[in-house]
Amino acid sequence: MSEGSTLLSWVIWLPIVAGLLVLATGSDRNAAFARVIALIGACANFLMSIPLFSGFNRLTSDMQFVELAPWIDTFNIHYHLGVDGISVLFILLTTFTTLLVVIAGWKVIEKKVAQYMAAFLIMSGLMIGVFSALDAVLFYVFWEAMLIPMFIAIGVWGGPNRVYAAVKFFLYTLLGSLLMLVAFIYLYHRSGGSFSILDYYRLPLTFNVQILLFIAFFTAFAVKVPMFPVHTWLPDAHVEAPTGGSVVLAAIMLKLGAYGFLRFSLPILPDASHAMSGFMITLSLIAVVYIGLVALAQSDMKKLIAYSSISHMGFVTLGFFIFSNLGMEGALVQMISHGFISGAMFLCVGVMYDRMHSRNIADYGGVVNRMPVFAAYFMLFAMANAGLPGTSGFVGEFMVILAAIKVNFWYGFLSATTLIFGAAYTLWMYKRVIFGPVANAHVDKLTDIGKREFLVLGMLAVAVLGMGIYPLPFTEVMHASVNHLLAHVAQSKL
Amino acid sequence: MTEMQKLYLLVPLAPLFGAVIAGLFGRLIGRSLSHWVTIAGVAVSFIASVLVFQDVLAGHAFNGSVYTWLTSGEMRFEVGFLIDRLSALMMVVVTFVSLMVHIYTIGYMAEDPGYQRFFSYISLFTFSMLMLVMSNNFLQLFFGWEAVGLVSYLLIGFWYTKPTAIYANLKAFLVNRVGDFGFLLGIGMVLAYFGTLDYAAVFALAPEMSSHGVNLLPGETWSLMTVICILLFIGAMGKSAQFPLHVWLPDSMEGPTPISALIHAATMVTAGIFMVSRMSPLFELSETALSFVIVIGAITALFMALVAIVQTDIKRVVAYSTLSQLGYMTVALGASAYSAAMFHLMTHAFFKAVLFLGAGSVIIAMHHQQDMRYMGGLRKYMPITYLTVLIGALANAGLPPFAGFFSKDSIIEAVALSTIPGAGFAHLAILAGVFIGGFYSFRLVFFTFHGEERFRHAPAMGHGHHDDHGHHGSNEPHESPWVVTVPLLLLAIPSVAAGWLIGPMLFGGYFGDTILISHDHHALAHMMEEFHGVGAMMLHAITTLPFWLAVSGAGTAWFLYILRPELPGVIKSRFSLISIILEKKYGFDAFNDFFFAGGARLLGRSLWKVGDVWLIDGLFVNGTARLVGWFSALIRHVQSGYIYHYAFAMIIGVFLMISLFVR
Repeated sequence: MSEGSTLLSWVIWLPIVAGLLVLATGSDRNAAFARVIALIGACANFLMSIPLFSGFNRLTSDMQFVELAPWIDTFNIHYHLGVDGISVLFILLTTFTTLLVVIAGWKVIEKKVAQYMAAFLIMSGLMIGVFSALDAVLFYVFWEAMLIPMFIAIGVWGGPNRVYAAVKFFLYTLLGSLLMLVAFIYLYHRSGGSFSILDYYRLPLTFNVQILLFIAFFTAFAVKVPMFPVHTWLPDAHVEAPTGGSVVLAAIMLKLGAYGFLRFSLPILPDASHAMSGFMITLSLIAVVYIGLVALAQSDMKKLIAYSSISHMGFVTLGFFIFSNLGMEGALVQMISHGFISGAMFLCVGVMYDRMHSRNIADYGGVVNRMPVFAAYFMLFAMANAGLPGTSGFVGEFMVILAAIKVNFWYGFLSATTLIFGAAYTLWMYKRVIFGPVANAHVDKLTDIGKREFLVLGMLAVAVLGMGIYPLPFTEVMHASVNHLLAHVAQSKL
Repeated sequence: MTEMQKLYLLVPLAPLFGAVIAGLFGRLIGRSLSHWVTIAGVAVSFIASVLVFQDVLAGHAFNGSVYTWLTSGEMRFEVGFLIDRLSALMMVVVTFVSLMVHIYTIGYMAEDPGYQRFFSYISLFTFSMLMLVMSNNFLQLFFGWEAVGLVSYLLIGFWYTKPTAIYANLKAFLVNRVGDFGFLLGIGMVLAYFGTLDYAAVFALAPEMSSHGVNLLPGETWSLMTVICILLFIGAMGKSAQFPLHVWLPDSMEGPTPISALIHAATMVTAGIFMVSRMSPLFELSETALSFVIVIGAITALFMALVAIVQTDIKRVVAYSTLSQLGYMTVALGASAYSAAMFHLMTHAFFKAVLFLGAGSVIIAMHHQQDMRYMGGLRKYMPITYLTVLIGALANAGLPPFAGFFSKDSIIEAVALSTIPGAGFAHLAILAGVFIGGFYSFRLVFFTFHGEERFRHAPAMGHGHHDDHGHHGSNEPHESPWVVTVPLLLLAIPSVAAGWLIGPMLFGGYFGDTILISHDHHALAHMMEEFHGVGAMMLHAITTLPFWLAVSGAGTAWFLYILRPELPGVIKSRFSLISIILEKKYGFDAFNDFFFAGGARLLGRSLWKVGDVWLIDGLFVNGTARLVGWFSALIRHVQSGYIYHYAFAMIIGVFLMISLFVR
C-alpha cells in the first residue's frame, strides 16, 4: 500500500484544485454552486485521508506513503512527501476541520462566498503539504504559502479592526520564518547540497552551530505555537478573524509550530534541544500559569479562548522538552484534542456572534433560556476545555502533568495549576454568558441552533468524547515514531 | 467474561443508560417515561449490587481490567474494577440511596420544567460514583472523582436562573478543583515512584518504598509516603469538604433538595473517606499524614458543628451537620479506624439522607420556604415526615439505639485509644461535637415541628421558578405524597437498624484484608476485645460521657426552643461577637472571595495590562513598528522634492567622495 502510492499528493492537491474550481464559479450569483463544490471537495478530501490512517503501519517508524521526484535539479530540491506516526494524525485533523469549516460557513458567509470557501480549501491542501513535506524547500514553500489564504480570510471577512490584525499576523509569522529559511540554507551547504530533512537527522553539528540553528528554528516555530512572549498576535488575529478563520487558526495552524519542533529542532539539534530544555520548559510553564491568569481578565469571548489556547499549547511544548514517551505522546494527544476543543469553542462563540453580533461577555447572560441545546453543547466543550476526564481535554494534560512530575515535582505543580485556572476562566465565562436570567432584549430574541449547527457541533462532540473515553487508537499510531524520535534526541551529535 | 463480570459491568452501565436516554431524548419520551427509565436503571444497578454484595460475602473478590485506556512507553492505563468488601459495601449504599432519591424526586420535582434533565443528571451521578468506588486504579478513580464533581456542579446550578445557584455551583467546582489539584499531584507522585497506577501493584510495592525520601525543596528530605498521602488527602479535603476546603458545601444547598441528600450528604462527599480507606496501605506508612488527617478532621468536626447552631435555613443546618459528621469520619481515618469511618459513612448515608429528604418534604409543604423562623408546629400536619426526621435527628445526635450511636461511639472510642499525635485534641473536639450535635439536631426538630405555628406570618415566597407550587388549594401545610414519604420510611429503617451491624462490620472482620492496619495502630483491635454485643455496648454507653453530652445537648435545645423560646434571642444579643463570627462562618467566604477570587482577577488583569498590552505589544511589537515608522519618516525628509536639496546633497556627496578617494 505504502510503496508507489500517490495518496498523499491527492490529499494535498485535491482541495487546492477544488478550491480553484470554486473560485472559478465567480461572483456571488453562483454562491449556491460554490458551496456545493466546496462541500464535495471537503468531503472527498476527508474520506480520502482516512486510508492514510487505516492503512498506516503502526509497527515502523519509517516514513510511509512516500513520494519522491526531482523538482529543481540545480539545487537538488525534491518533491518529497511522506508521513510518520506523528504527522498522519494531523492530516486527518486538517481534513476533518476543513469539512467542519465549510459546513459552518454555509449560510453565515454571504459575501464573496466562493472566495471564502476557496481560501479554506486551498489552505487545507497547503497545511497538509506542511505536515507531509520531507524536503526543506518544499516545506518552506507550503509553510509560507499557507499564510496567504489566512491573511486574506482575516483581512476580507474579519471584524472592524481586521487590517491591523491581519498585518500583525502576517509580519509576526513572516519574520519568524525568515530565520528558518536561513537555517535551511546553512543546512543545505553543510550537508553538501541536500534539502532532504531526513538527511539532516544524521548530520553532525557542533554545539555552537546547533544553538544558533535552534534559535533560528525557535523564532519560526515559537511564533506559530505561539509561545510566550511572542504570542500577542494570536488574540488579535482571533478576535478579528471570521469564525472559520479562528477555527482553522486554533485547530491546525498552531499545531504547525509545534510540529516544526518535532520535525526539525529535536531530531536535527539534539544537543541544543537538551541545552535549551530549561529555557523551553520555563516558557511553557509561563504560558500555562501567566496566560491562564491573563485569560481570567478577558471580557471578549474570543480573546479569552485565544488566551486559553496559548495556555493549552504550553502543555505541548512542555511535553516535548521533558523528553519522555509519556510527555511527548501527551503533547501530541493534547495537540489533536486542542484541535477539536478550540475549534468547537470558536464555533460556539461563532454561533452566538452570528445572532448577536457581539463577542462581549457583558452583552450576554441567560442564553440557556433561549438556546438549551446549544447550551448543552457549549457545556460539554467548556468542560473539555477545563480538562474534565472523559473528554479529550483531559488525556493530554494528564499525560504531560504526570510526565512532568516525574522530571521535577514543581514542573508538575505549576502545570497542574491549569486545573484551577482553566476551570476558572472557562466556567466563569460560561456562567456569565449562558446561565442566569435572560439579560436583555437581544438575548430574549435568540433562537436555538439549527440542524447544520447541530451537525457541526455534534461531530466535534463525538470526537471530544470518543478521544476522552478511548484514546488508545490515537497513541498507538504514535508509539513507533515517538520512540524513534526520542532515540534521535538521546543521541548526541557532538 | 463470566456471569459475575457481566453483573459488574451492569452496575455502572444501567444508570448510565438511563441517564443518556433521559438526557438526550427526554423531551421526546416525556416526563413519566424519563423517570421510569432512570429508576429502572438504578433499580437494576441496586439489585446487581446486592447480588455482588452476596457474592463478596461468600468470599469472592475480583480485580481485573475492562479495557486498556492508553499505553505510552512502558505505562499502561486501564479501566477496570476492583470488587471486594469495601467497594461492594459502597455500591450497595450508593445504589440504595440513589434509588430512594430517584423515587422521591418524582414528588419533589413534580412541577419543575427541568424534570427529565434532573433525572438524567442524578442517574449520571450514580454512574460516576459507581465508577469511582469500583475502580481498581488511580486513573479511573480520578475520572469518577471529577465526574461526580461535574454532576454536582450541574445539579447545584440546576435552577440556572437563580444568581445564588450559579454562584454556588461555580464556587463548588473551583474549590473542588483546588482539592483535585493536590489529588492529581499525588497520583503523579505515585506514578513517578511506583511506575504504575494499579492499586494492587502500588499497595504491594508500598512497604519497600516507605523509607524512600523525596527532595521537594533543596536541602529538605521528606518521606515519600507522607508527601503522597498528604497530596491525596488534599483531594479528599475538597471532595469531602474538610476545613479549609469546606466552603463550597453549605452553598451547594442552592441545588434541589434530593441532590443535597444524594450527593451532598450520603454519597459524593463521602468519596474522600472511601478513598482514604481504600488507600489504607499507603496511609498506614505515614504517621505524619495520619496526624494531619486527624487534626483536619477534628477542626472540621468541631467548628462546623458550631456554625450549625446559628443557621436558620433548615437545609443549611443539615449541611453544617454533614460537614461535622464528615469531620468525624476523617478523624476516624486519622486514628487508623478505617472500618469505623466506613461504618459511620454507611449509617450517616442513611440518616443524613433522611434528614435532607425530610427537610425537603417540609420545604414542599412550606411552598419552598426554607427559613425555620417561619415554620414551627408542623408535627401534627406532617406526622410521617416528623417521625422520620426525628429518627434522623436521634441518629445524628448519636443516641442509642439509633444507627449513628454505634458508629459515632466507636469513632470516639477509637480516637481515645489512638496514640497518633493530634489524637488528644481530636478526642476533645469530637466530644464537644457530640454535645453540639445533640443541640443542633434537636434545635432543628423543635424549631420546625414544635412550638408556635410561625408559618402563618411567613412572607410570601415570591421568587423564581417555583411559584406554581403554591396552588394546591388550601394554604394549610399537609403531608407529602407517597413518593416522598415511602423513601423517607425506607431510609428511616436503616437509620435505626444499621447500627446493629457493628459486630460484623467493625469487629467481625467484615473488611478483611481490604483495609490494612499497621501493628502500631491497635485502637480497633483493643476495642474488639471489649466488645460484647450491641446490647452490652448500649448499656455500657449510658455510663459514659458521650451519651450524656448528647443528651444534654438535646436537653439544652429543648430548654431553649420549647421551654424558654425567648432565650435564644437574649443569648444572641448577649454574645453578639460570637454569634456574628458564627453567622459569618468565621469569615472564610469573605476572605476567599476577596483574596483568592478577587486576587486572581486582579493579578490576571495586571499581568495582562502590564505584560501583554504595555510591555510586549506596546513596547516591542508596536514599538518596533513605530520605530520603523519614525525612522522612515526621518529618512523621508531626504526626498523632499526640491531640486536645490538634491543638488546640495549631491555637492556634499561629490565633495566627500573626492576627499576620500582622490588624494
